[in-house]
Amino acid sequence: MRRLLFLPLALLLAATLPAAASEPYTVGAIFSITGPGSSLGIPERDTARMLEAEINARGGVKGPDGRLHPLKLVIYDDASDETKAVLAAKKLIDEDRVIAIVGTTLSGTSLAILDTTQRAEVPVVSCAAAAKIVEPAAERKWVFKTPQSDALIVGVLVDHLKARGLVRVAWAGVDYAFGQLGWLAFEKATQAAGLTVVANEKFAQKDIDITPQLTRIKAAAPQAVVVWSIPPSASIATRNYADLGLKMPHFQSHGVGNKRYIELAGPAANGVSFPAGKLLVAEQLDDRDVQKPVLIAYARDFEAKYGSRNTFGGHAWDAVKLVVRALETAGPDRAGVRTALESTKGFVGITGVFDFSPTDHNGLDRRAVVMVQVVDGQWRLAK
Amino acid sequence: MDAQRRWRLLGAVGLVVAAVSYAVPSSYVLGILVFVALNGLAALGLSLVMGFAGQVSLGQAAFFAIGAYASGLFSTGLGWNPWLGVVAAVAAGAVAAVAIGLPVFRLSGLLLAMATLGFGVIVYYVLNNWAAVTGGPSGLTGIPPLSVGGIAIDTDARALVLVGFVLLLALGLAGNLVDSRVGRALRAIHGSEAAAASAGIDVMRLKLAVFAAAGGLTALAGALYAHYVRFINPSPFGIGYSIELVVMVVLGGVSSLPGAVLGAAAVVLLVEALRALVPALGASHGAAEYEIVLFGLVLMAFMIFLPGGLAGGRRRAA
Amino acid sequence: MGPAELGQYLASGVVVGGIYSLIGLGFVIVFGVTRIVNFAQGEFVALGALVLATLSARGVGLPLAFTGAVAAGVAAGMLLERVAVRPLRAMPSLAILIVTIGASIALRGGALLVWGTDPFAVPAFWAGPPLVLGGAVIVRQGLWVLGAAACVFALLWAFFTRTYAGAAFRACAANARGARLCGMRVDRMRLAAFALAGGLGAVAGAVIAPITYATYDMGLMLGLKGFVAAVIGGLVSPAGAIAGGVALGVVEALAAGLVSSAYKDAVAFVVLIALCLAQAAGWVPWRVAEEG
Repeated sequence: MRRLLFLPLALLLAATLPAAASEPYTVGAIFSITGPGSSLGIPERDTARMLEAEINARGGVKGPDGRLHPLKLVIYDDASDETKAVLAAKKLIDEDRVIAIVGTTLSGTSLAILDTTQRAEVPVVSCAAAAKIVEPAAERKWVFKTPQSDALIVGVLVDHLKARGLVRVAWAGVDYAFGQLGWLAFEKATQAAGLTVVANEKFAQKDIDITPQLTRIKAAAPQAVVVWSIPPSASIATRNYADLGLKMPHFQSHGVGNKRYIELAGPAANGVSFPAGKLLVAEQLDDRDVQKPVLIAYARDFEAKYGSRNTFGGHAWDAVKLVVRALETAGPDRAGVRTALESTKGFVGITGVFDFSPTDHNGLDRRAVVMVQVVDGQWRLAK
Repeated sequence: MDAQRRWRLLGAVGLVVAAVSYAVPSSYVLGILVFVALNGLAALGLSLVMGFAGQVSLGQAAFFAIGAYASGLFSTGLGWNPWLGVVAAVAAGAVAAVAIGLPVFRLSGLLLAMATLGFGVIVYYVLNNWAAVTGGPSGLTGIPPLSVGGIAIDTDARALVLVGFVLLLALGLAGNLVDSRVGRALRAIHGSEAAAASAGIDVMRLKLAVFAAAGGLTALAGALYAHYVRFINPSPFGIGYSIELVVMVVLGGVSSLPGAVLGAAAVVLLVEALRALVPALGASHGAAEYEIVLFGLVLMAFMIFLPGGLAGGRRRAA
Repeated sequence: MGPAELGQYLASGVVVGGIYSLIGLGFVIVFGVTRIVNFAQGEFVALGALVLATLSARGVGLPLAFTGAVAAGVAAGMLLERVAVRPLRAMPSLAILIVTIGASIALRGGALLVWGTDPFAVPAFWAGPPLVLGGAVIVRQGLWVLGAAACVFALLWAFFTRTYAGAAFRACAANARGARLCGMRVDRMRLAAFALAGGLGAVAGAVIAPITYATYDMGLMLGLKGFVAAVIGGLVSPAGAIAGGVALGVVEALAAGLVSSAYKDAVAFVVLIALCLAQAAGWVPWRVAEEG
């Protein structure tokens, strides 16, 4: 008898309890989980999911109405393809009705979704590097990005070269957007700093042998060589460099900022220096650096679940956190989130400290980049 | 079917397309249809080459790229009216087809396929490396939309009507071509080049003409793509896309013109369907990776059970 | 540019060419016996490399790991033939080509699922610093690549010309219906051809992995280059595949070194087109087999 009463009583109780779950905040994300961009997109996806779980474990995002709203992250793969990115953006906007979009991973796909997202007036925080994504600012009202621009990264590298008296330099870049944009920035920076570029070579991401290009560079007798790519071609180039017995200082791009690069290139990687975000050398930073605690916490959490830390994952961390902060201020309102993003000041992220403004939707300065050197298979902050 | 029936059928489809564009509010669904139509138009060009001239072209993406870049460059760099850009694109595609066809059509079978493959790769590399003109790997942004009678084609609904109209027109004209004397001559060539030549058909000229038409059609699709997405870079136009176009044509049925559109629809819809289904099956972490495997498996299954393609059914692929 | 540089371009080009040759041989085996272009050949290469990488990482000794990789390739080849090619055996080659495209996509996706996107390093078979021959640097693994290509070629040559089974293969290639009428088991030969191609692809992958790293998508570009190498050589001739591969590798290296590294791959394909035209005009001493 008692058992029979229990069920309707329980139902009555449940119906009268205040609804603990309030409406979720839906945020979309487009990453290159497959295709050539996958080594960047996968850590970005993993970081986003990690953050989603972390936030929901605390009950969700605290909206301007004072209530906790669960965060719902809808993640699509664009397969590193522009058409798929456009369709994914349309799906997120129309079907999933997201408030904002995080991504994409690659510059090409980010540029491809510009038209769709701007016309639909949906804020986007991109994890891709090309400056064109947020410039010219007047035509990019709804787009922001978290990675440092190439001008910033290359600038730090060129300063480093100049300070060490390495004025005759050679360049070998990969032939897709990453390498091309790096070259354009490098060309400008070296001209401004008075350095001479004695050789400018290209190679394909899928090339299995870079010795011809390096042989040409050797013949030009530079004082330093800069190779701009990501693994595996960056690792192949590094091994080729050592095999050919090249002794000049060897610099790489921020694309090699993951442990895999060192594992693949082996002892040839020792002595290589590259500009990068502070994440890789978080523990070696000065204790007064405001980013240090944030970096160490993220590195520890990511490494516990997914493997060695990765600056690309950091770009996604910044993007998701920025959107969440904007949601806390503005709630589920696309225009409100955009305004909140644009007014973000002093946000301590993984990539750097962000100060957005109507004319600057990237918000970073030179402090976001340091020089890192590989010593005995470990990263060392280069002074 | 005869010309009258064909045009009436296409007209009816056109009305359905227009109705869909205005009834469906979701830009996602409309976007899918626009891409189906664009790919269908590109594949239609290839279908003419493969199904009626009987040649395999493994470099058709090059014409798509040429069309996109020609129209994109003329309307941004030179500030031309986008429609002039489109006309220039079609001309560029046709001219390029003749330029590569003249030396290459002497070859047959595998050698021809290889030469078209080489052509596709070379065009891709030129677009990727000639940064001063093409913008290199980072591409061209800010391509203006087309406009018809003062209305800018900058929404998905309007784009669907425009591209759909162009596609249906192209299907109608291609259908007329196939039924004409020229078409019969083409089928004769496909059957046996020696026999056709001995019947007085100028095989080389006809093959070149078909190739030029195909190049122009695919270039037209490329130009429309450029004005729809408003941004182009070389990366979607590599050998992967050439192969995708071949898959679309064969999937739809090599000897069927509407088959090309069916094949295009199948490929685009399959990707989106997997995107919708796979996460629902619970594999949310590895969803994207499973989608690739499933795409390959479904493609294989299609060919094993429908070797004549969607339009050909269980008949042999002619 | 002096002789030292030229020597280096040639040395690098020959080693890379050896890689293309090994992969091209896989295409030749299948096409020669069945008149099918196996688009999935590159994936066998990737499979061999990845399996070797995993087994080596687990501490399995090189000979056993190598055998494991080859076994995986053979199994994959046989699976492909049974599941995809056999049902379509009466269909024109275009349909079979598409099915092998589907298979290559599925295999690549499978590799992505199992191994992820990271490249894997594989220890060189013969450890040590690179060799310097006349001013040109050659990594030791490069010698293994050339050695493997030579061995495989010799074995294939001996098989096709000196054994009864090999003669049967060649008969099958020349005329399948005629071969069947003579009582040869065409179905079995097709299976054997795919098994052999799978194993060969895996050998190629295993041998090149210390140089190129093992990645889930390495099969795409390498398969394409290997295919080009095979076609340059006429697609039915193992010797042609070797010559084609080395020619392609050397042309690429010379183009990058002497002309411009930007257009390196474009130059290789211009040469390809030129060679196709030359073949059609009869200017080269080998012929491409006719289709069908």
